[in-house]
Amino acid sequence: MIETVTSITLPADETLFIRKQRIEPKEKSGVAKRISIVTGIHGDELEGQYVCFELSRRIKRRMDCLKGIVDIYPALNPLGIDSVTRGIPAFDLDMNRLFPGCQDGNMTEYLASRIVQDLSGSMVVLDIHASNIYLTEIPQIRVNELHERELVPLAAETGVDFIWVHGASTVLESTLAYSLNSTGTPTLVVEMGVGMRITKSYGDQLVDGILHLMKKLGLWTGETAAVRKPVISKDPDDVAYLNAPAGGIFVPVVKHWECLHKGQLIGQIIDPLAGMVVAEVAAPMDGILFTIREYPVVDEGSLIGRLLCKKACGHRWEER
Amino acid sequence: MKKVIVYEIKGLYRDNFRVTGYEFGEGEKAVCIVGSMRGNEVQQMYCCSQLVRKLKQMEAERKLTEGQKILVIPCANPYSVNTQKRFWPVDNTDINRMFPGYHLGETTQRIADGVFQVISEYRFGIQFTSFYMPGEFMPHVRMMSTGFEDAQIAKQFGMPYVVLRQVRPYDTTTLNYNWQIWETQAFSMYTTTTTRVDKRSAKEAMRGILTFMNKQGILQYHGHDGYVSLVVKDGDMVPVRTGRAGLFDPLVTVGTEVERGQILARIIDAYEGEVIEELLAPVDGIVFFMHGEPLTYSNTAVFKLVVREE
Repeated sequence: MIETVTSITLPADETLFIRKQRIEPKEKSGVAKRISIVTGIHGDELEGQYVCFELSRRIKRRMDCLKGIVDIYPALNPLGIDSVTRGIPAFDLDMNRLFPGCQDGNMTEYLASRIVQDLSGSMVVLDIHASNIYLTEIPQIRVNELHERELVPLAAETGVDFIWVHGASTVLESTLAYSLNSTGTPTLVVEMGVGMRITKSYGDQLVDGILHLMKKLGLWTGETAAVRKPVISKDPDDVAYLNAPAGGIFVPVVKHWECLHKGQLIGQIIDPLAGMVVAEVAAPMDGILFTIREYPVVDEGSLIGRLLCKKACGHRWEER
Repeated sequence: MKKVIVYEIKGLYRDNFRVTGYEFGEGEKAVCIVGSMRGNEVQQMYCCSQLVRKLKQMEAERKLTEGQKILVIPCANPYSVNTQKRFWPVDNTDINRMFPGYHLGETTQRIADGVFQVISEYRFGIQFTSFYMPGEFMPHVRMMSTGFEDAQIAKQFGMPYVVLRQVRPYDTTTLNYNWQIWETQAFSMYTTTTTRVDKRSAKEAMRGILTFMNKQGILQYHGHDGYVSLVVKDGDMVPVRTGRAGLFDPLVTVGTEVERGQILARIIDAYEGEVIEELLAPVDGIVFFMHGEPLTYSNTAVFKLVVREE
């Protein structure tokens, strides 16, 4: 069933709707357990669109296996998705800096508060992001260290390749995940793929993982695929950030999620006007590249990639 | 006056990105004034340009106190100004959400770091800034309530209002917040406009800054002292929100004294021209902020009123 979470009238003959699909088991059993899948806070991140569709399709194929409610919110920022805009158009605001919002606040704060209200009480929420248009990410879940204890065990069941426990930051207190986690609704932030694109293999991997997690939570009794055991990093020193030493056009020579050795070339920054290589970017240590630059134009300082050190890669390094 | 490059990075197909500063005097780092940090902050850049012109003249007239250094940076983001984009052209990040910056970080973090390294040791920091909502303000000085703020010093600008803003999580990466944390007394200067030049409020702000520097013994300025500032908390202002979306037809201007029940604006149906809502003043007050676009969404605070006290 399609339900309207909230709506607001726009100036010229249009209403903004935030909608969800609610899938309920045929046989209702007293207290309803619920998992919520949300995506589209950033209008340029589309990887979650396929996940919403595919999860719904698979569940509906075996409704007899569904033992709880699945709420799917594919577009928290519908104006952004429709206008290829990361933030909320007209305000140029990052919607993920507005939570928990305010019932009596401006339009954007009001929408944020209604969303939080609707999601609260879920057993778990998955907030699916797709990096941005500049970087590609392997399927991963990012966990604020403040909520590590509750979230890492849940994240480990989702079939992602990597769980990154990062430090607390005041700025992140305005995110949807922080707002929900700090008020008792466990929320996992998934990052995978790249902005403005859909990577079907990543989407299928995550759908397998969500069904696996649902089974663990008693929401699903159907068959589930075997899921991957994620690499978990909790030490800030595990991750090296690779920034462009100069502006130019970045041309990678390695692939994503590839084992690299210290000194190995990752890519070149070239100057097409002068016909020369401006800089080379090399691995600062042995490790696996879990983020890599997708958008070729770089300024000095632009992020080229993130490398997870060999020590933290554990079983994954051996397998590869 | 000395023109200096505060920060520079090499461009690929564009001229180098440069943050240029104007230094007056030498010695103790007394005041740093920063103009536009976003590409649409034209008024903020204009205000600084007028200050540079005035300080040049005062330097020639020997009205600047010896041993006190003033730095003016009219624009910390010329790449965005020249492409008419509010944020950084390549990745749409906001330099004013990157402080104190990081020299090994991403581009706007490096710019923030490069600029902050130069401007963080000043006794006073003044930033001409803008609001995320399009609209017009009563000229005022704004401070964040970090625990380091001093509203009494802010009154020395002689601006009509001093506004104290409660810090929100996303404020912690702004220049103003970090200036205060690094022990610079920081003030945000709001004039009436952002995307267009308003000479009147620019002049008011320049008078305020010169008055402030005079009172702090940094220069000699003998203009009028301005106003006895009223200190108000951001949260104490009374918002007037739209209930309906449509065309916004204001009947007052910023600075207007209004009475409770007075019609401030009408919302007009965008297709049929009918008045679908009248926005009334809920209190006796002064229009402090007014929405600046012809269209409005519903639930939008199109006015903020300062309550008028008897």
